[in-house]
This record gives sequence, C-alpha cells and structure tokens, in this order.
Amino acid sequence: MRLDAIPSRATRTVRFIGQHRAPARALQSKVGIVPGILRIAYKLLVNDKGKFAALLMGLTFSVFLMIQMTSMFAGMMKKASATVMNTGAKVWVMDRSVTNMSSAVPMPDYVLDVVRSIDGVKYAVPLYSGVGLVRLKSGMYQPVTVLGLDDTSLYGRPNLIEGNIEDIFAENGFVVVKDEEYVKLENPKMGTEFELNDNRSVIVGIAKVPASGLFGIPTLYTTYNRAVQYIPSMRYTMSFVLIEPQSPAAIPHIREEVARLGYETVTEQGFIDKITTWYMFHTGMGVNLLLMTAISFVVGLSISGQTFYTFVLENLEKFGALKAIGAKGRELVAMIFFQAGITGIAGYGLGIGLCAGLIALAKLRVPDYASIVTYQNLVMALGMVLVISAISGYIAVRKVLRIDPYDIFRG
Amino acid sequence: MEDVAIRAQALTKWFGQGEAKMCAVRDVSFEARFHEMLYIVGPSGSGKTTLLSIISGILRPDAGTVSVEDTDVWTLKENALAEFRLNKIGFVFQDYHLFPNLTTAENVAIPLVLKKRDWNEAIREAMKYLEVVGLAARAKLPPTRLSGGEQQRVAIARALASGPDLMIFDEPTASLDGDTGRKIVEFVKHDVLTDHRCIVVVTHDDRIYEFADRILHMEDGRLLDGKGGADA
Repeated sequence: MRLDAIPSRATRTVRFIGQHRAPARALQSKVGIVPGILRIAYKLLVNDKGKFAALLMGLTFSVFLMIQMTSMFAGMMKKASATVMNTGAKVWVMDRSVTNMSSAVPMPDYVLDVVRSIDGVKYAVPLYSGVGLVRLKSGMYQPVTVLGLDDTSLYGRPNLIEGNIEDIFAENGFVVVKDEEYVKLENPKMGTEFELNDNRSVIVGIAKVPASGLFGIPTLYTTYNRAVQYIPSMRYTMSFVLIEPQSPAAIPHIREEVARLGYETVTEQGFIDKITTWYMFHTGMGVNLLLMTAISFVVGLSISGQTFYTFVLENLEKFGALKAIGAKGRELVAMIFFQAGITGIAGYGLGIGLCAGLIALAKLRVPDYASIVTYQNLVMALGMVLVISAISGYIAVRKVLRIDPYDIFRG
Repeated sequence: MEDVAIRAQALTKWFGQGEAKMCAVRDVSFEARFHEMLYIVGPSGSGKTTLLSIISGILRPDAGTVSVEDTDVWTLKENALAEFRLNKIGFVFQDYHLFPNLTTAENVAIPLVLKKRDWNEAIREAMKYLEVVGLAARAKLPPTRLSGGEQQRVAIARALASGPDLMIFDEPTASLDGDTGRKIVEFVKHDVLTDHRCIVVVTHDDRIYEFADRILHMEDGRLLDGKGGADA
C-alpha cells in the first residue's frame, strides 16, 4: 500500500463530519482529555508487569495493615460494648465515673425510684453487672460475667435457643450464653449444675446474643436479686438503671433530672461512644492504632512513591517523546494521575480482599478473634490510598512536566 | 500555494552562561520547499540537532524566526505549539523512542489518539500506515520483538500517522547497518515524500547523501553554504 491510498486530511475531515460519538466527545470537550490517552497510560502501566506488581504489593500491604489495624480496633470496641448492644436499652443511668461495662460503680436503690418518677420515663429497671467465679464439674475454676435482670420484667433478656425464660425464676436458675466462650464452661447443657461463688447453680436456658464480650469470659444471666445474692458486693448493688423513655424528645429532660442526683444519663449509642472513647484515649489502644495506621501509611507512601517515581523515571524519555510529538502538559498529568489512581484502587481492592480473607481464616481457628471490617474503616483506608496515589502522582508529575523534549533529540 | 515549507531567518541559539556560554546556532537562514528532501549535515557538535529542534518547535531560539507553511512557529503559546507539532511535524527520532509496552499498532496510533481520535478508529488507521511501511503483519508485536530496521519503519509510520507537512529525521541510519539504512532512506524518498510534504534529515552518514535533493553543511553553528545550500 502506498501513502496515496490513505485518505488525505481534507477527506478525513469530511468523513468525520456528522459522526456522533456523543459520550466520548462530550468528555473530551469538557475536560480536554482524550480517553485514548488514558488507555495508553493504562497499557504502559500494566504491561510493565514487574513495576506494576511492585506498586500493587506496596499498596496492598499498606491497605492491609491499615484495614487490619482499624478492623481489630472496631472488633474490640464491638466486644467492649457487647452488653450495651445485647441489652438493647435506649437510655442508661450510671455513676459519672463509669467508663465501660466492667467499671460499673454501684448506685443506691433510691436512684431507681427517682428515675421512675421523672416525666417522660415510660419505665425504668435495674441491671446488675458483675464477675463471679464458677467451679466446674472438672474441678477447674472459670470467671464469668453475671448479668442480673429486673425480677419483674426481665428487661434486657437474651433470646433463648433452648429452655424457657420463665425458668430463670426457678431455684438457682441461670441462663448461659452460647458464644465463643461457651466451651470454657465445658459446654453446659440444660440442667447442668455448677457452683457460682460457692452457691449451687443450674442451667435453665441457653441463649444467643448478637455480640460476645471483650475479655474472653462466658456470660450468665439470672435475676437481679439472685445476682446480688450470689456475688459479693458493697453497700449499694445496682450497676445501671435502664430506661425506656416515652419518646426520644424526653431524653434531655431525663438527663437533666438525673444530673441533679449527681448521676449520668447516656443513650445506647452514647454509652458505646463513651466506651470507645475510653479505650481510645485512656488505654494506649488509640495511640497504638494511630501509630500503626500512620506507619502503614508511610510504608505505603514510600513504597508506592518510590516505585512510581522509578517507573516514571524509566519512562521519562517516552514521556519526552510524547511531549515532542504534541502531547500537552495536561494530558501527561492526566496520564500519570490516572496510572497512580489505577494502582491505588487496585491495591486498595487487593488489600481489602487480603485482610477480609485473613480475618475469615483467623475466625475459623480463633472464633473469638476480634476484627470487623466496617464502612468507616473502608472509607478511611480509601481516603489514605487516594492521598498516597495523589502524592506519588504529584512527585512524578513534577518530573515529567520538567522534561525538555530537546533532551530527546540530544539523546 | 507558495511551495516554501520552511523559512528560517537569522536563527541564533546560545547555551550556557558566563565563560561557558557557547553559540550552538549562529545566524542561520535557509528555506526548504515542499516535495524536497533536505539534508543538514556536518560533524558532531556542529549544531545540526539544535537547528532541527528550533525549526520543529521544540527549542526556542534566542534570535530569529521560523515559519512552517506560513505559521510563525515561535509566536505560538505552549498549547498551540504542541498542537502545531502534532498536526504539522512528524518526528523520527534517532533512538526511535517507541513504547516497548505497547504493540506496534498502538505505537503508530499515538498521534491519532493525541488528535482525539476514537481508539479503535486510531488503531484501524495505524494499520494502514503499518501497511505503507510493510509491517502490517507485525502489528500486534511489541517493538522490542522487531529488528532495528523494522523499528525505524514503525517510527516512520508513527510520524506519518499525524499527517505532517514537515517530517524530521534525526540521524535515521545511525542505529542501522549500511544496507538497511539505505533501504530505509530510499523508502522515505520514494514512498513518504509527497507533493505537500518536506523532509529534513540530519545526518553525517555520507552513504545516504545520494537521496538528498539539497544538502546544507553546518560547522560551528553556521551554514557553510550560505542561505541556499548546495544541490546534491
């Protein structure tokens, strides 16, 4: 074929008139970037398999670390707030110094009476939360969390998978929660007897709850009065008052009235947030989390930034050639940020997949493994990956924009 | 239409500063016509490549003007200059500068893609240019799988794809053996040079001088042949 066989520019122009490639053309005219140039950028990136793999590994590892750390924290916080979630009370009254479920400070009984008399309170019940020591049939001892439910209403009771909830009123009746810690009580069945703080106890029900506790000990439910009777306590015994308000609008008034007594009122979410805040800022977990997340970010940024910079350096002449041929600065910028973005998103997906896979694997071996991938974690990691990609891209762009096509001629 | 493709007047380019300052191109004026294959020859460091860069809109001169088909090149702003290079100039670099991670056809399609042509359409058109240079069968291979001569042909196809009025060849035979170099230049002379195209070749390979329509000799940044240059 000779050149004459190829239509001249004039003919080509005529041929293109009347063609409507609406979406692609609209994109071109709006942003001035050719989709084809992004395709070239994509091919340049993924066809350089070694560099692309190194970039992906760096970002995947970084995302994995970020998601893993924040997921562990989310998992631990869910477990730390397990009783709050399992109980399901909308409003909680407690001593002001309470920071989490295990630090309950007993309140005098009159608090319950006052709370019940506040306008806007539909009903209010006491809740006991404490730790007892179970002597198992094997002779081993096992600490347990004991929750004492209001004797009249059993408000906050768990869903039973075996037994009848009324049997909790039977002599020495306890309901055991069948969660990851259940085996530590030697898999008790209905009617299994054990000693709780030297008191005879009997399993009258087996329950399921949405979340199990943080400290790896089994949970027993019984009535409030029996709990108080079995577990040694101070002068006051009531750990929390659970309130069902007449409406959410009544909560501020209830809060004010309870505050007059010198106690604190929080909503269910407020209590969960309070627990999270305490673990975050008063236990060192928050600092560790922040450090690990920051390290993951730095690791990701350094691997990605370095590799991407090297990738661009190795292709610098090619970018220079493109510039000489007629590529505009903004097209080269678009190419590089597109490459950085593609790598970031791919690394993000792989990192999440790897993390989710390992969490699933860990949960097969350790059912109590505290790790949950939440939307917040995902959004945070995505944000950090985009920052990594943007910084990597920016470093590379600065280099590419400085290329002088004359250097291509000079060799 | 006037048949002057390039009109360069009093081009001067300095590099460096202070005592290291040197003049790479000194008061160079010449014209090149359409359907002309013009050679710029001379020893290394004589300013050939600098002159080539100035006339192709890559390196701004310190003095003088360049018009390519009546466009005063160095009055253009940055983006317009890029458009000018894309639409008017076809570059064939000494080292080809093909993308090893793209196929041969994709390499040829680059100027078309930069001209905002649809991807598939660009590839189809690139295939036609590959046919012109006799490499249609190699379209799907990466350039690294091609010989030096074939890579040179791919670079020519890429330069042709932008439909340029002016084609710039920088040392086209430097990386090729004598026979292949001659064949390439012969091909360029007979199949690439058209009535509305001017080809400027920078070389110091005297084995291909026979294909030149006119030869400009450069030394120490000056044209030895005055304004016109010598007919080959």
